[in-house]
Amino acid sequence: MMLKPNWFLILLILLLALLPLSESRFYIFLGTDILIMGLFAVSLNLLLGYTGLVSFGQAAYFGIGAYTCALLMKKAAVVFPVAFVAAAFMGMIGALIIGFFCIRLTKIYFSMLTLAFSQIVWAIVFKWNSLTGGDTGLIGINFPKYLDSSTRFYYFTLAVVVISFYFLRKVVDSPFGRILATIRENPERTEFIGINVKRFQLIAFMVSGFFAGISGALFGIFNHSLFPDLLYWPMSAEVLIMSILGGMYSFFGPVVGAAVILYLRMLVTSYTQYWPLIMGTILALLLFFFPGGIVGFLKSQRPFAGGKR
Amino acid sequence: MNLPDPSFLIIQSLSGLTYAMFLFLIASGLSLIFGILRVLNFAHGSLYMVGAYLTYSFVSLFINAPGQFWWAVISASLAVALIGGFIERFFLSRLYIREELSQLLFTYALVLIIGDFAKVIWGTGQLSISRPPILKGAVQIFGQYFPEYNIFIILLGLGIAFLFWLILNRTRWGRVIRAAALDREMLGSLGINVSWLFTLVFIIGAWLAGLGGALVAPIAAIVPGMDVEIIINVFIVVVIGGLGSFWGTLLGALVLGQVISFGILILPRLAIVFIYVLMAVVLIIRPWGLLGKPLQR
Amino acid sequence: MILNVEKVKKSFDGFVAVNGVSLAIKKGEICSIIGPNGAGKTTLFNLITGHLPANEGKLVFKGIDITHLPPHQICRLGMGRSFQRTNIFPRLTVFQNIQAAVLVHLGKSFNFFQPVDSFFREETQAIIEKVGLKEYGETVSGSLSYGFQKQLELGIALASEPELLLLDEPTAGMSAKETHQTMELIGRITREKGLTLLFTEHDMEVVFSISERIMVLHQGRLIAEGSPEEVRSNSDVQKIYLGETR
Repeated sequence: MMLKPNWFLILLILLLALLPLSESRFYIFLGTDILIMGLFAVSLNLLLGYTGLVSFGQAAYFGIGAYTCALLMKKAAVVFPVAFVAAAFMGMIGALIIGFFCIRLTKIYFSMLTLAFSQIVWAIVFKWNSLTGGDTGLIGINFPKYLDSSTRFYYFTLAVVVISFYFLRKVVDSPFGRILATIRENPERTEFIGINVKRFQLIAFMVSGFFAGISGALFGIFNHSLFPDLLYWPMSAEVLIMSILGGMYSFFGPVVGAAVILYLRMLVTSYTQYWPLIMGTILALLLFFFPGGIVGFLKSQRPFAGGKR
Repeated sequence: MNLPDPSFLIIQSLSGLTYAMFLFLIASGLSLIFGILRVLNFAHGSLYMVGAYLTYSFVSLFINAPGQFWWAVISASLAVALIGGFIERFFLSRLYIREELSQLLFTYALVLIIGDFAKVIWGTGQLSISRPPILKGAVQIFGQYFPEYNIFIILLGLGIAFLFWLILNRTRWGRVIRAAALDREMLGSLGINVSWLFTLVFIIGAWLAGLGGALVAPIAAIVPGMDVEIIINVFIVVVIGGLGSFWGTLLGALVLGQVISFGILILPRLAIVFIYVLMAVVLIIRPWGLLGKPLQR
Repeated sequence: MILNVEKVKKSFDGFVAVNGVSLAIKKGEICSIIGPNGAGKTTLFNLITGHLPANEGKLVFKGIDITHLPPHQICRLGMGRSFQRTNIFPRLTVFQNIQAAVLVHLGKSFNFFQPVDSFFREETQAIIEKVGLKEYGETVSGSLSYGFQKQLELGIALASEPELLLLDEPTAGMSAKETHQTMELIGRITREKGLTLLFTEHDMEVVFSISERIMVLHQGRLIAEGSPEEVRSNSDVQKIYLGETR
């Protein structure tokens, strides 16, 4: 029961695979960044766009994954594959614990609690100097063996992200994914078709945390250093904006949003320090004129050949 | 660990009380806006910051005028009120038909935009102004010195709290506002122009934030980032006290003021974690805060 | 007895919404609960379906004590419900709305890896036709007219193949023609599937035309119960409804 071959996607993957041939460090760097943040944004969107849970604290699982992988490698001399998997599972466990408490609440209270937990994680990382290096950060995170160049790491990231997207796409298109959508639309009604809504929300949290943890682990190695402010709430806000900018009711929307934001940021910050002003303006324009995000807008202009939902 | 002597504790407590008053001013504006408009205004801290910056600018405007500081405070807070009204009337109101997330994100966009505008206009350095001549001194309390200005803030804060209580409970407009918090749709059928009511509420909320910023100008560092720093604490205040509850906001502000004031002393390393843990615990055990209304199922 | 409600009481902050109500419903019966606004009808429904916890009393469904069960478990035991304000999944199509309920009922909700669109197409289509929405399968449900949305809601409730169906004001807001069509549809389905039906209504014509037994609620208490003729001639009932049209 394979998905119909989606030619557009295949072409895109091909192009991405050929990217390093351009020999441009800039594009390899940007490409890796977009892939990592794209995965992060899609992990959030599983909660936001698919389940209707507005989480302000996605950075928590990202950070947990990042620090888990980096610390295991640096301080416990654990090999990368193990550290990497551990990061994913720690992200998942973090989401399980935090989600358990948060799903008892709704709407703004839910969001505020996700924010509170995320800030707790940040504060712990920030203050636990001996373990995490606190404000001065964790530096000197090297590329793991066999992946010791930007190009090799790029290919690794591409592979991980493509596999993750494949998996997530399957989940989202499955009966489980459909139930998440009904929970988003009307949790009360979903309950009375016989679904334990909280259990489904918790599973969504865990899947989301798992992939956020993966993206965090990749991030740490990619940047060769980690600082607590990747756990501070503007990071959660930024990934939220990426999802909505790209289009939260589509699977790849968040990736589009990530690409746009990262590219624009790179462009803008080379001319001016007022990137927040630009981002704020884009966000405002988005809210007023393009409520469906970029993908939503494109879909309304012409039928999209390619099966993106 | 030596037990600090009582007079020191009292001063520390009064400092906490002073900070609590600022929190109360801003939080009550936020709470009011949330109660009636159902919008959690992320940009409330930004309005506070603009109030402080404007006070700095107006102080130089009114130079050599008698009571220059007070004129600056009044002008700055009114200016912020007008800015708030402008934002609500021409932008925020267009988002009311959309989901709450859109409104929330718009206020966040404002945080980004206003934050950078402030940098453009006033630069990134730290600014300061001095306290008004009439309140430059300090009083002795149990042998320790405590600034007169802070005492003024404490009294003013309590005075404003009392004034608001009077307005909310004893005047027609107060009743309208309380009714709006309960049932917005009904109000329209009572012949009240709900759209202008919303603008008015936002203006009042903004004015409170601007006033807070204006009054804090002489005793705090006027610097980029003060918007973000205060809004997080304001959120904690309304969570503890209860979103939309007037007394809850005051209580929450008093509690957090003391927690911050003493937390830094007792557990300097863990104080910052503790604040967020407190917020989480309240949300888990009693999401509607100490004095809010329990959520309807 | 398919449903037993025993001395159930529910109060909110001191206000008693349901005050010691007891009733029993036989399998296959068509019963209605009537009463003025605020009598506690919707609250009683919410207690039966588990959306609200009862302060006192006991609820037994098909011999099982459901007093403390959560709504999703009660649903799985064989209870279906429609809500007063239309409760559908607005951004999903009509087909997807009903298919979701079928998925759950037939136990496939924990399937993570197969594409959902291929599941139970025939069963879903059958239900769509049964509730009269044959051509609207691919329509986004949020864009349907009010009447059609109510029909969809009925479809969702039916997809779980309930034995007891609770309908909260199924013809609210409908024209006379729509009301007639809806009640005809409901009546037909009920008879076909041998369902037990319990509904609340304000439209007295509907109530008296289809009910086998009527229960009258007033200020949280059950004040009368019986066949349509008995209830119609009950003086207490007449006192309450004096002045009530429609």
